[in-house]
Amino acid sequence: MASLDRVKVLVLGDSGVGKSSLVHLLCQNQVLGNPSWTVGCSVDVRVHDYKEGTPEEKTFYIELWDVGGSVGGASSVKSTRAVFFNSVNGIILVHDLTNKKSSQNLYRWSLEAVNKDLVPSGVLVTNGDYDREQFAENQIPLLVIGTKLDQIHEAKRNEVLTRIAFLAEDFNAEEINLDCTNPRYLAAGSSNAVKLSRFFDKVIEKRYFIRDGSQIVGFPDRKRFGAGIVKNLHYD
Amino acid sequence: MSFLIDSSIVVTSQVLFFGFGWLFFMRQLFKDYEVRQYVVQVIFSVTFAFSCTMFELIIFEILGVLNSSSRYFHWKMNLCVILLILVFMVPFYIGYFIVSNIRLLHRQRVLFSCGLWLTFMYFFWKLGDPFPILSPKHGILSIEQLISRVGVIGVTLMALLSGFGAVNCPYTYMSYFLRNVTDTDILALERRLLQTMDMIISKKKRIATARRNMFQRGDVNNKPSGFWGMIKSVTTSAPGSENLTLIQQEVDALEELSRQLFLETVDLYATKERIEYSKTFKGRYFNVLGYFFSVYCVWKIFMATINIVFDRVGKTDPVTRGIEITVNYLGIQFDVKFWSQHISFILVGIIIVTSIRGLLITLTKFFYAISSSKSSNVIVLLLAQIMGMYFVSSVLLIRMSMPPEYRTIITEVLGELQFNFYHRWFDVIFLVSALSSILFLYLAHKQAPEKHMTP
Repeated sequence: MASLDRVKVLVLGDSGVGKSSLVHLLCQNQVLGNPSWTVGCSVDVRVHDYKEGTPEEKTFYIELWDVGGSVGGASSVKSTRAVFFNSVNGIILVHDLTNKKSSQNLYRWSLEAVNKDLVPSGVLVTNGDYDREQFAENQIPLLVIGTKLDQIHEAKRNEVLTRIAFLAEDFNAEEINLDCTNPRYLAAGSSNAVKLSRFFDKVIEKRYFIRDGSQIVGFPDRKRFGAGIVKNLHYD
Repeated sequence: MSFLIDSSIVVTSQVLFFGFGWLFFMRQLFKDYEVRQYVVQVIFSVTFAFSCTMFELIIFEILGVLNSSSRYFHWKMNLCVILLILVFMVPFYIGYFIVSNIRLLHRQRVLFSCGLWLTFMYFFWKLGDPFPILSPKHGILSIEQLISRVGVIGVTLMALLSGFGAVNCPYTYMSYFLRNVTDTDILALERRLLQTMDMIISKKKRIATARRNMFQRGDVNNKPSGFWGMIKSVTTSAPGSENLTLIQQEVDALEELSRQLFLETVDLYATKERIEYSKTFKGRYFNVLGYFFSVYCVWKIFMATINIVFDRVGKTDPVTRGIEITVNYLGIQFDVKFWSQHISFILVGIIIVTSIRGLLITLTKFFYAISSSKSSNVIVLLLAQIMGMYFVSSVLLIRMSMPPEYRTIITEVLGELQFNFYHRWFDVIFLVSALSSILFLYLAHKQAPEKHMTP
């Protein structure tokens, strides 16, 4: 496969939320039997049919980069992690529905990843506070996934889901809530599977169009390359 | 009447310590995690509160604050509570939380945690056999039995930490030991890491394609199922699946390599930061401090060796000896009793404060390094256990630093323990720990540069 078809999606979240189980479920369609602590970064590949069912159907390999660690870690770990955040096409933010802190930490995770991409010098310019402005500029598709759905009592479910809905709105992202030990949640045809498919399609579109240079609206370099945009504007 | 006043003072201070432990827990230890089990937090704060009260009582002893009988009463009560917590409550809860993490045993949690606790008690009891710590006239369930065993564990811990700390402190402070790391080294390592990740990805793509093809051909299960499946897989092996296992093995090896490269890169970044730090003012100050500490460390090792070789246990405490030296050799006359009280108060106070602070900092570092959201409860309880044992044995050992008139209360309260044994044991473990830390650091230091330096 040529490097043209290369699509990179990050999977971020606190340690212990279930990223490795999730990635295993997405790529192997099987439940991970013995999850262990992720050191560094583990990669897996998902075969995705872009625009499935239409005449334009094409197969892509989506790389899911599961980056381990905690958001408040040592700065040497953060600098090393930054090497994985290059040229990212999509981000999946994973949090634990039973742990409020892990949802709050998602803001810091997304800032860490997004800043690395926008600032070419590789210096983290944020002090960790959430800033909607930075997300308004962000063109990388986001998806928020909440795990351990089965461990929430029926009574508290509504309250938790409302809170998560606000979170997803902040990121301007879709949200999926599931249990990584039960493949039923991502069964073909379910609403979760449709959302997932739509997310990957969006990722591929952004990637594909940027390669072609034909994308008009929301070109991420608009603010930086003022002169160059004029050439790219009218293409169709 | 005075007893009530004294008790209220002590209880107030206990509540204050409890609050401090609570805050420390929330702000430092658990600042990235969500506290769901308040039991853990309460146990930690209670252990901290009672341990600090013991130190407070020592200070009161030296300063002569409060009534002597009420002091004695509070000592005894404090000791009983602390032993109760350290031997009964904390181990039980550690077992309970360990069992809760295992999914299979979820139903009979309490039963299994009781089982674990009984195992712990058995080993705890057996601990007393090889050591000459008791005189035979003590009964089975006396306080001395428990204290002596707790003391052994605590003293071992203290000596291990001191030994490692004494060696590690100059090693970290002094910039002489810093390996030279340049940006090109880091970039080269990062490139290798990304190349390894790319190789893993290309191999996984092959596996995914092969699996998809087999799936589409209708060969859903490529794993042999059942008896006939096993026989079949022995005789006829599909070439596709054989290839797959080979590729999978290669992937596993590459993933192991990527983990190692990641850890090495983290190490290089940390070293680079340390180099930058050493160029600042603070860094240089610590560098000089490091030289002093290395001298101190060598002296301590030397003294420990002398103590063991010549079977010598210090009879006098540093305060009295200092006063003796000043009086005898320097000829300065002053009111011995008055000054010895104040000086020993300051000295003991400094020892207490630095050891508490040092312990809390070490615990925090340990906690950040090894905990995750699953095991955080167990680790905090383990730390509370270590902290309690550490403080109890500090009380044991601090007896040696106090002039004889203040030692009596500790001797009375703790019963007739062989204190000399504990000091000897401390020296032995300190020596072993310091020497093995030196060896360990030397090996680690030697091994690292050869891997990273660009030729």
